[in-house]
Amino acid sequence: MIEALFKPGDRVTVRKAYPLGHIRTPYYIRGHSGVVERICGRFGNPEELAQQRSGEPKQPLYRVRFLQKEVWPEYKGNPDDALEVEIFQHWLE
Amino acid sequence: MSRYITVVIERSHHDMGGLPAGKVEPSEHDYEAWERRVDALMVLLSGIKGGTKLMTVDELRKNIEALPPDAYDRMSYYERWVTSITQVMIQRGVITTEELGRKMAEIKKRD
Amino acid sequence: MKDTGNYQPYSYFQLMEVSLRELLVEKGIVTEAQVAATVEDMRARSPERGAKVVARAWVDGAFRKKLLENGSRACEELGLDVPALKLVVVENTPEVHNVVVCTLCSCYPRMLLGIPPDWYKSRSYRSRTVREPRTVLEEFGLDLSLDVKIRVHDSTADMRYLVLPMRPAGTESWSEERLASIVTRDCMIGVAIPVLN
Repeated sequence: MIEALFKPGDRVTVRKAYPLGHIRTPYYIRGHSGVVERICGRFGNPEELAQQRSGEPKQPLYRVRFLQKEVWPEYKGNPDDALEVEIFQHWLE
Repeated sequence: MSRYITVVIERSHHDMGGLPAGKVEPSEHDYEAWERRVDALMVLLSGIKGGTKLMTVDELRKNIEALPPDAYDRMSYYERWVTSITQVMIQRGVITTEELGRKMAEIKKRD
Repeated sequence: MKDTGNYQPYSYFQLMEVSLRELLVEKGIVTEAQVAATVEDMRARSPERGAKVVARAWVDGAFRKKLLENGSRACEELGLDVPALKLVVVENTPEVHNVVVCTLCSCYPRMLLGIPPDWYKSRSYRSRTVREPRTVLEEFGLDLSLDVKIRVHDSTADMRYLVLPMRPAGTESWSEERLASIVTRDCMIGVAIPVLN
């Protein structure tokens, strides 16, 4: 089983990579840093499942909370406004 | 790399979070029978509700994402779904292109 | 198989649907009866089911706690069939307002609420909600004070999200059924809040 590298409260950064294939890490969040809000569980890797492969071993999936003002340069709102995104472990460092 | 290539290859057309867009039109429509059947086929082919699992939602998404940008924008939601599901069935060898072509021609004649 | 009384030739995509379905039936992969039954099953999944869950959470503190811990299990405890759904329920408070989007496609808790509306799948909603949620909510008629923190949930992977709205004041004596009647689909997506009727 793949070890969960992160826990709630950890600060993580989404890798800046732009590969081909089916990807569920949105373009807008790559390169940004946030805090792990929870570990959602382990799920099949969608990048592999999309290619008719098993997606095993299941990968830890995290909900990561980002501050809107850190993601969008022009963001106006409450400074604590947040964006929560589910990101697979292999996209986080 | 040209901006166009960046937009459609490096960043896939479907990956639109944060891009500029117009006002949200609160449109809804009562789904037509054929659309509901497409939805039902997806449920069954995913192995839910007693269907034989023959595909994953990931393959559905992959094929939708592979649609040309203009087509993606102009096709309706279930038009994208039926196209994608059919592509997956061909990719997996459940049906062949020839079978599909002949069947579509047959039904068109029947119609 | 024509859809309506007024004859219209099949569009390319309608033709594809009929052809695909007939081929799958011929190959014994699905039956027409299964397709019809599944269509009816999806029709029965509606926002009313989500409203029941919200109303129960409003009147029953222990249920609310369970709902926030494991959304799907709590729904099942209420007798709601939610196959394959991994539900995360996010709670609105006086300090925090939640709103749900799927920027990459249209992920939605369908097995609880049914098929999502067109606008949820639109380019505008998917592009702008993550970046300018306050403006998008204003377009829906929801004006939130700057003191309220907004949390946008982008359903990018396996979890699906339901917003648990705040119970409005003045409903203390209401029955669960009456409470459920003011919980609309849009409240559970987060673009609206319950309004007293």
